[in-house]
Formats: sequence, structure tokens, C-alpha cells
Amino acid sequence: MELSPVTIFFAAIFTNNMILSNFLGMCSFIAISSDIKTSLNLGVAVTFVMTFTTIINYNVYHSLLVPLDLEYLRYIVFIVVIASFVQLVEMVVEKYFQTLYYALGIFLPLITVNCAILGVSLFMIIREYNLMQSIAFGSGSGLGWLLAIVAMAGIREKIKNNPLPKGLEGPGITLIITGLMALAFIGFSGIVQIQ
Amino acid sequence: MNKKTKKILTLGIWKDNAVYRQILGICSALAVTNLMLNSLIMGLGLIFVTAFSELTVSILRKYTPKHIRMMVQTLIIASYVIIVDIFLKASFPEISKALGPYVGLIITNCIIMGRCESFAQNNTPLYSFIDGIASGTGYAIILLLIAFVRELLGFGSIFGINVLGTSWVSWTLMIMPPGAFFMLAIVIWISRNIFSEEDEGKVKA
Repeated sequence: MELSPVTIFFAAIFTNNMILSNFLGMCSFIAISSDIKTSLNLGVAVTFVMTFTTIINYNVYHSLLVPLDLEYLRYIVFIVVIASFVQLVEMVVEKYFQTLYYALGIFLPLITVNCAILGVSLFMIIREYNLMQSIAFGSGSGLGWLLAIVAMAGIREKIKNNPLPKGLEGPGITLIITGLMALAFIGFSGIVQIQ
Repeated sequence: MNKKTKKILTLGIWKDNAVYRQILGICSALAVTNLMLNSLIMGLGLIFVTAFSELTVSILRKYTPKHIRMMVQTLIIASYVIIVDIFLKASFPEISKALGPYVGLIITNCIIMGRCESFAQNNTPLYSFIDGIASGTGYAIILLLIAFVRELLGFGSIFGINVLGTSWVSWTLMIMPPGAFFMLAIVIWISRNIFSEEDEGKVKA
């Protein structure tokens, strides 16, 4: 059955959330999510890069790699595309949007190694999406990631001063809260569903 | 086995274990651990990629210009991942399908990049190779440990063989995403407690 882009968009945000059901982008999620403002900035950057690299990778894969029978090179090609796109964005932002550049700071280069970005491109190939579906999937996944990290930052700011067992401080409690959030998001699973 | 080899092995597998000590590479640690077989294959794949990437990076370390070394390392890692992916597709098509994009995502696994950058850049090829095996094994052991609990409670089986009998009521939660988060949190909690006692003991002595 052909899924409509709208369905994919909402499914990528709620039921197939990159962090909560596919576990992608966890490293930066745990490291950065202690402050709402920085996580919002990072989330916006991730959404932006994710949407555009998905589009570029879709075109590169279907108009270059498939005709040449080089599908097995996709990992290398995707990584190079993502890295160069991030580099390009960084240069443009530095030149024309100085304030934004300082706000995003070190996060742009870090995005290159965010596994959610590569993951979205790989899911797109495995699930055989067409261009519209890929755009919906890329932007939806980015927004879902943004939603999860901002919600997590909010919760972590609330519990910052609460007493915790010593071994659970930091990553431990973050993982448990993420687990609870994932449980809550399972509640959405009746609304829309993609594999 | 000389002293340095021994030290590398204990550090990589136990004392500086990438997953619970440095919180690296947990994306895949969470995603593939609902079945033990998947975790085993994933662990073996990661050991292979880490060991050979470190070996290659270490051999090339004197000829790689400093400012493009990240790109070179990524490409080296990606080439080994492609080998693993093709091998899995040819020999174990079903497992390859179950692991889906997570084999490809070994490229962005921070463990490999971290070890290449912090160890292979400054050490000889042989030790880098051993270090790769050690860190990879440390990762694989944690994966298997988490998968053991999740599969046992979630399906009542180990490696697909039913051990808890038909009367066992499966904890569906354990094989869903939240189960993975809770298990990893518990592993980190336990390890923190073990190591904080050890560290305190050292200070007193």
C-alpha cells in the first residue's frame, strides 16, 4: 500500500520517533539535553540538515548510484554528502547570519556524526520511499527529534536539584526518563502506523 | 602476552568499557538487543570493523595530513562496514534484514571513531589492532548481557530456544523500546556503583 506523505510525516514525529523508537542520535541526546535553549538550537539544526540531506541523498542514490550499479557504495557516498552539506551550511551561516552562527556554535560540525541523519537516509532506501515521501520522512524525523530533546531538557531542568541515587546521576536517569517517554509515545501507536 | 597487551585488554573490556563507562555507541546497543542472535552478529561485526579500522588508521597515521584525518578515518571505517554489510547479505540474509540500517550505522558508532582518534593515532599497528578487539569485545559483551535479559523476559527464550516453558507470560514491554532504555539504565547504575566503590577504595588505600 502506498503511504501518503502526510501519514509518513506524522508517523515520523510520533509513532516512529527517531529517538524513542529507533534509538538514533542518542549520543548527542544524552550529552546536550540538560538545557532547553541549547537543545532547541541543536534540534533546529538537526531538522534543517536532516530534511536537506534526505533530499540530496535521494537524488544522488536514484540518479547516480542505481544507474551505475553502485548501490553498495551508498554508505560512503551518504557520509560524504552529509559532511560536505554541513560544511557548506556552516560557511553560509558564518558569512550571512552571524548571530545564528554563535548560537549554533559547535553543534553544526557535531551533526555530521549524528547517527540519526545517516539513519534517515538509510531508512529511506530500505523502505523504498519516493521523493515526496522522503521529504516528509526527513522533515518529520527531524521535528520528532527536536520534540524529544526539548521535552527531555525540560524534564531534566525540573529534576536538576532533586536527590538521586549516586549511580543514577547523569546518563542513568536520562535513560530511565527516555524509557518513560517512549512508553508514553507508544500511546500514539494506534493513530498512524508505518512498518 | 606482555604487560601492555594485558593492560589494553582489561581497559577495553572492563575498566574503560565504551558502553557503560564512556556512554558511547549506545544507539545500536539499544536497537539490536531484543534478540541474542542479532546482538551476537552485531557485536562480531563491530569487533571486526573496530580492529581493522584501527589497524589501517595506525598504519597510515604517519602519511595522513592532520587536518583531513577525520575524513580519512570515516572513509576507512565506511569501507570495512561495506565489507560486513555485503558479507551479511550474502551469508545471513535474514539477519541482515532484521538488523536493517543498523549495520550501516556502525559507521557513525562513536566507539570506533573515538578509538581511532585517541588510540590508533598514537600507537603502533599491532597494539591498535589489539585495542580494537578489546573495545569491540567490551561492547559485544554488554550487548549480549542486555539482550539476554530482554530476550529471556520478553520471549522466554535464549538464542531462539524456549527455556522458560509455555506457561511463561512474556513481558512484551521488554522487547519494545522502553525495555531497552530501562535495561541500559540499570546496567549503567550497577556499573557506576561497582566502580565508585573501587575508586573510593583506592583513595583510602
